[in-house]
Amino acid sequence: MTATQAPGKSVGAPISRVEGHLKVRGAATYAYEHRLDEPAYLHPLQSTIANGRVAKIDASRAEAEPGVVAVLTHENAPKLEAVGDAELEILQNGEVGFRGQFIGAVIADTFEAARYAAGLVEIEYEERETDADFRPDRDDLYTPEQLNAGFEPDTSVGDVDGALASAAVKFDATYTTPREHNNPMEPHSSIAVWDEGELTLYESTQGVYWTQNTIAPLFGLDAEKVHVISPHVGGGFGSKGLPHANVVLAALAAMLVEGRPVKFALTRHMMFSVAGYRTPTIQRIRLGADAEGKLSAICNDVVEQTSKIKEFAEQTGTSARMMYDSSNIQTTHLLAALDVAVPSWLRAPGEAPGMFALESAMDEMAIECDLDPVEFRIMNEPEKDLESGLPFSSRGLVACLREGAERFGWDGRNPTPRSERDGRWLVGTGVASSVYPVFSMGGNAATIRADSDGKYVVEIGAADIGTGTWTTLGQIAADELGVSFEDVEMKIGDTKFPNASGAGGSSGITSWGSTLVEAARSLREKIEAEHGGNIPDEGVEASAKMPKNPHRKEYAMYAFGAHFVEARVDEDTGEVRVPRMTSVFAAGRIINAKTARSQFMGGMVMGLSAALHEESVLDTRFGHVVNHDFAEYHIPTNADVGELDISWIEEDDPYVNPMGSKGIGEIGIVGSAAAVANAVYHATGTRVRELPITPDKLIS
Amino acid sequence: MKPYRYERAEDISGAISALADEPEGAFLGGGTNIVDLMKLGVSTPDVLVDVRRLMSDDIEETEDGGVRIGAAVPNSDLAADPTIRTRYPALSEALLSGASGQLRNMATTGGNFLQRTRCVYFQDTTTPCNKREPGSGCSALDGYNKNHAILGSSEHCVATHPSDMAVAMAALDAFVVTHGPNGERRIPIEELHRLPGDEPERDTILEHGELITAVELPPMGFSSNSKYRKVRERASYAFALVSVAAAMDVEDGVVRDVRVALGGVAHKPWRATKVEEALRGEPVSEENFRAAAEIELSEAEPLSENAYKVPLARNVMVRTLSDLSGEGR
Repeated sequence: MTATQAPGKSVGAPISRVEGHLKVRGAATYAYEHRLDEPAYLHPLQSTIANGRVAKIDASRAEAEPGVVAVLTHENAPKLEAVGDAELEILQNGEVGFRGQFIGAVIADTFEAARYAAGLVEIEYEERETDADFRPDRDDLYTPEQLNAGFEPDTSVGDVDGALASAAVKFDATYTTPREHNNPMEPHSSIAVWDEGELTLYESTQGVYWTQNTIAPLFGLDAEKVHVISPHVGGGFGSKGLPHANVVLAALAAMLVEGRPVKFALTRHMMFSVAGYRTPTIQRIRLGADAEGKLSAICNDVVEQTSKIKEFAEQTGTSARMMYDSSNIQTTHLLAALDVAVPSWLRAPGEAPGMFALESAMDEMAIECDLDPVEFRIMNEPEKDLESGLPFSSRGLVACLREGAERFGWDGRNPTPRSERDGRWLVGTGVASSVYPVFSMGGNAATIRADSDGKYVVEIGAADIGTGTWTTLGQIAADELGVSFEDVEMKIGDTKFPNASGAGGSSGITSWGSTLVEAARSLREKIEAEHGGNIPDEGVEASAKMPKNPHRKEYAMYAFGAHFVEARVDEDTGEVRVPRMTSVFAAGRIINAKTARSQFMGGMVMGLSAALHEESVLDTRFGHVVNHDFAEYHIPTNADVGELDISWIEEDDPYVNPMGSKGIGEIGIVGSAAAVANAVYHATGTRVRELPITPDKLIS
Repeated sequence: MKPYRYERAEDISGAISALADEPEGAFLGGGTNIVDLMKLGVSTPDVLVDVRRLMSDDIEETEDGGVRIGAAVPNSDLAADPTIRTRYPALSEALLSGASGQLRNMATTGGNFLQRTRCVYFQDTTTPCNKREPGSGCSALDGYNKNHAILGSSEHCVATHPSDMAVAMAALDAFVVTHGPNGERRIPIEELHRLPGDEPERDTILEHGELITAVELPPMGFSSNSKYRKVRERASYAFALVSVAAAMDVEDGVVRDVRVALGGVAHKPWRATKVEEALRGEPVSEENFRAAAEIELSEAEPLSENAYKVPLARNVMVRTLSDLSGEGR
């Protein structure tokens, strides 16, 4: 739909993305596609050991190849500033901390020449023993100082052990989630160009300023000397949030060929070693309840993995702290630091694996208590956020569960496993809740210019990673300016526009949108106060920073959702199919009904994928992911995705931000894997607590 | 990727002689597998001799009532052929269960037989693999072997053959016709592929420079009662965990004749002759099918991660045979 929206009425409308015509015609310029004169091409050298050091590099054969411009190794690499980030400080010595780590690069006139010559570089290693074995019984597990996003690693309210001891119904089980790789369609790509001490990066990034602020200090530059350009991004799912070593490698290589642009796109194989991934988790969930099914104890003890060279601690247990009512709640996190690549963000870090375990356990506990799993959740609904003691700004979980049950046809469900079949298919249904915090990120500013012809130009260094930002920010600005959507032109994805946070933690619209509202109000006031309500011939502009939200100290802010899934399991083969999924979300005001639906859908399918398919298999002998391509690392095909019924409830939340919106990029993935697992249990009577649910786990 | 020469020959004999002096050369058909392997550095030919235009892309009925398929027939055309669909449905189903539409349009009938294993260690030049580098060791034996062989493997190699089509061809008693430096020969599919033994680098009995030019399907009255059942981890675009191709001739509740082949379980399409022998002349029943399947699988030697394939192969055989016999639920 592209029909003109009435002034002030853009938000909520299902407006088609404004750059869609460019994308379907192949005319949207992605990072690798920017046309620059005489580009050189980079192919990296990656370590084939997981721990040790490069003892010798002989690049003479590579350097003699036609078309080879230079070979970059730790022996000739420009010096980087020590910023305390061993993932990014590459080629400063010969040390190797994980298999696949960059230890050099060949730069050539063509991609083919660079790749071929890379194979001619002879590398000798001094290898140390590899320790990549992720087990919960290791004696070197440790508690990190803090978790991702600043959460406390260990929390305790009340007396969990005492409550469990006296509980009428007790539950104790361990769930595991595997290592998963983000794998956006567009691999990480860069073009790096140096010009008189300034670096320009054409990047595929979730935040141009996040890239600028990370890269500039490494090269000893003031931030404004690094110019980042990223108008279109083919997905990120967190892996393009903070820059990885590929950006540094491209920038180092470009220093060797001063003035010449260096192009570097990761191959799909490389996406499994250097671009971040979701840590595997082992979660022991303990629940206690009274005879009526009222929870008295909730506990999630998490063990997860990080890299020896850089810590990343996923906040896996945090949703157990606020999801359900209990006087006694405990969560702990332990890390195993191994000779492996550095884990990072993957869509809903923390909530996605954490809610698989908690929502599977809630299903098991409902059965233990002989309660319907929807009603069990509703009867354990908390009145406030138990961790902070604050009231919720809005909490739509019960509404989502009720609405979802209605749409899905949950009533009358026979709770007995294996109670329904269709030929050889065993048919089951499952439910799970979803949650995601309303994050807001600092450091945002925007400029809006009004021209005398009634057109507005809005500038902010925000990112559109396929989510619809180009469109949704225009809607927010148009409404606040009181003009029609077509009169607003957005400018984003470039550090020449005002400072902005990145697309991460589903925080984009809250952070950027709040800033635009402030800037639009400033502009309207300026036009009113200084120009008598009319835009002067020379135009007028106003800038603003993101205002502080005073309600953040008064309310706990979350989006909620509920997933309902039908699963079919072939009795003979263990094949699982999911013909339908109903999800209902309570996510504040929906800015764009069309792009929002796509965000929810993408999350739901990614959860389905986590439930049934995704698993990066690490061979501990070698230290790398062996199923590192799309033939072996499975994601759903169209044939694996059935009918998706996606909706949301009307939710008026005046506290979260001026738009009343909550982030929606991640909530779709949270809980959806548990809903599938719960449906598989209902179909088969077999409880799979280790993702993914592949046929081998159901065959007998 | 190693630089290589691309050549075309005038005719089949020219193509064969072009490779005679090129020990590191290879034929190029649809290129759907070898080009990938070249990008990975697994295959490093000096020269590719394009043979696609030299061979027939016709599907012809033969005088004896069989079918002759030119080696250049694309997988998609073979799957869609009305004769194949009605008289050899297992073959059509097998082809359609493999790869993607785009790949089936490119892949040739002859080349499909010569796909190489998708063992992750074979495809990764940084890990030991006896098939890729004889004597370097088998990484799968004590590694990621969930998708590997349960029958006929050796201590040197536990890889499986990836083709769906070849499994159906094995069940349908097909032959390949080859032309090579030593002339023409006709090889039963069962004998085309090898078990790994101590030479896992050799997938087939073909000599260097020997080219598959055609496939012959013999007349088989009951091949119209055949099917292919593939079990995989997603609904499309995945290799078989286990697959079964079967054809059955049933009269008055008795199995007059039967053909069964398994995919995903061995280094070659696994003709389940013990099942066939056990069932010939026996009454149709799920119990008999199960007992026969268990005889075949009694020699299975699963690895650390693939024991599930034994009950899976049994169940899929029972189910497929039951469906063909009309006994399926």
